[in-house]
Amino acid sequence: MQPNPFTFGFAPYRLSGTVYGVLLNHAPALAALGAAASEPPYKAPPKAPVLYLKPRNTLAAPTASTEVPADAPLLQIGANLGAVIGRTACRVAEGDALSFVAGYVIVDDLSVPHDSFYRPSVRHKARDGSCVIGTVVSRDQVRDADALAVRVFVDGVAVQIADTGQRIRPLAKLLADVTEFMTLAPGDILMLGTSAGAATARAGQRVAIEIDGLGRLEHALAVGSQAAHCHALEPRA
Amino acid sequence: MKRARVAYAGAIHAAAPHAQGLRLTDGRVVAEDAVVWLAPFEVGTIVALGLNYADHAKELSFGKQEEPLVFLKGPGSVIGHRGATRRPKDATFMHYECELAVVIGAGGRSIRRADAMNHVAGYTVANDYAIRDYLENWYRPNARVKNRDGGTVLGPWFVDAADVATPVALDLRTIVNGQVTQRGNTRDLVHDIPSLIEYLSGFMTLDTGDVILTGTPEGVVNVNVGDEVVTEIEGIGRLVNTIVGDAAFGR
Repeated sequence: MQPNPFTFGFAPYRLSGTVYGVLLNHAPALAALGAAASEPPYKAPPKAPVLYLKPRNTLAAPTASTEVPADAPLLQIGANLGAVIGRTACRVAEGDALSFVAGYVIVDDLSVPHDSFYRPSVRHKARDGSCVIGTVVSRDQVRDADALAVRVFVDGVAVQIADTGQRIRPLAKLLADVTEFMTLAPGDILMLGTSAGAATARAGQRVAIEIDGLGRLEHALAVGSQAAHCHALEPRA
Repeated sequence: MKRARVAYAGAIHAAAPHAQGLRLTDGRVVAEDAVVWLAPFEVGTIVALGLNYADHAKELSFGKQEEPLVFLKGPGSVIGHRGATRRPKDATFMHYECELAVVIGAGGRSIRRADAMNHVAGYTVANDYAIRDYLENWYRPNARVKNRDGGTVLGPWFVDAADVATPVALDLRTIVNGQVTQRGNTRDLVHDIPSLIEYLSGFMTLDTGDVILTGTPEGVVNVNVGDEVVTEIEGIGRLVNTIVGDAAFGR
C-alpha cells in the first residue's frame, strides 16, 4: 500500500495544505546574481525572507504525474527540504525554533523557469500539481536539517548534487524570522529553499530527489491535457 | 441571501441577518457584538490584485499594467469582522485597502470570460492591509508587507451572487474614525471580474472557496493604533477592524 503523504502517524497527524517556499535562501544562488541584486528593479539584496505560497491546486502526491503545461515545456525542479510545523509557531525564538517542527519531508517545488524576481510570479509558481510532497519523517530521524546531502535525478541521471547547507537563513533562523510577522500552524510546511544549479525536466521524464534521512521522492511529468490560455498576453478587444 | 460564520457559546454557527443582530441557524438571536465573527465562508486560495484601479496605480506611481499584478495571501493572515490588527511600533505607513472579494463557486480551468460569472458563488468585503515600510523589490508586494497575521480582513457577510447585479458596479468606501478617507466604484477595475477569472484559470485550476481580492482604488491612508477602520461596499456589507499596538500582543 502506498504511504499517503498527506497524513502521518505522529502529531500533528496531517498536513494543513499550506506550503510556503523561500527564494534565494542559498548564499551561492544569491551571490550568482552578482551586481544585479543591487540594481533596479531590486535596488538592494533582500533583507527579509522572500516568501511565496504554493496554493492548494499545486499540491500533489508523487503517484500522480504532474502535467507539464503547453506554454512551459521545461519545468525547473525545486528540490526542497520541507519542515512540517508541529505546533502553532508565532514569534518563535531561534534557539527554540526546531521544537516547533514535527517532521521533515522532501518537496519538489516545480516552477516555470523565470529570471525576474521583482513581481510574485504566481503564473510561474502556481501551476497545477507543481508541489509534489513526499513522505513525512519525524524530526528525531534527522540529526541536522542544515547538513543533509541532496541528489536530484532525471531519468536516472544525476542532474544536481547539493546539500541543505550554506543557507542565508538556516532552518531555525528562517522559522524565527518568518514567524516574527506570520504565524505558522500545525501541518504547515515551510521549505528551506533550493540550492543553485537547479535542473529542468520535461514531459515524459521521471524526477527523483533524495535527501539523506528522508528517503527518496520519485514522480513523473506528463504531457498536459489542457491547452493553456494566457489571456493576459493577448491584446484586450 | 447573506450568511455569516460566527463563534458563540462554545460552537461555530452559520447565521443570517436579523433586526436585532444575527439569527443563528439554531434559532437563537444574538447581538452583533455578542459573537466572534469569522471569515464568512471556508477560505481556499486567496488571490489578491495590486494596481487594479487606474487611479490607485497613479497614486503609487505605476503605469498601466498589461498582465494583472497578482499575489497570494495565506490562511494565517485571515481575520473576521470586528477583529484587531497589529501595527508594529516601527511602522510609519500602514494602510487599509477596501476591496470587493469574489468567491468562486463552481471551479474550473481555462474558463472563458463569457462564462466566468457562472463560476462566482458570491461576494464579501475585504480589507487587504499593507505595511509599506517593509516593502522590498523581491516578489513584490512581499510577504512581510502583505502576509501578516490579521492582514486579510474578510466579512461580515457572504452575499450570494444571485443578489448582485452584473456587471458589478458597487460603491465602496473606507471610513476611519468616522471620516470617509477612500471612495471608489467597482466599475473602475482595470481587469474586471470575468477577466481575472479567465486569466487565473488559464494557468491554475480554481476551486470552490477560492477568493479573488479585486484591488483597491485611490485613497489609502496611514492608520494608527486605536483607529477604527471600516471598509464598506454597497449591498455587500460594512466590515469593521480596529488597529492595536504591540503591547496588546505582549511585544
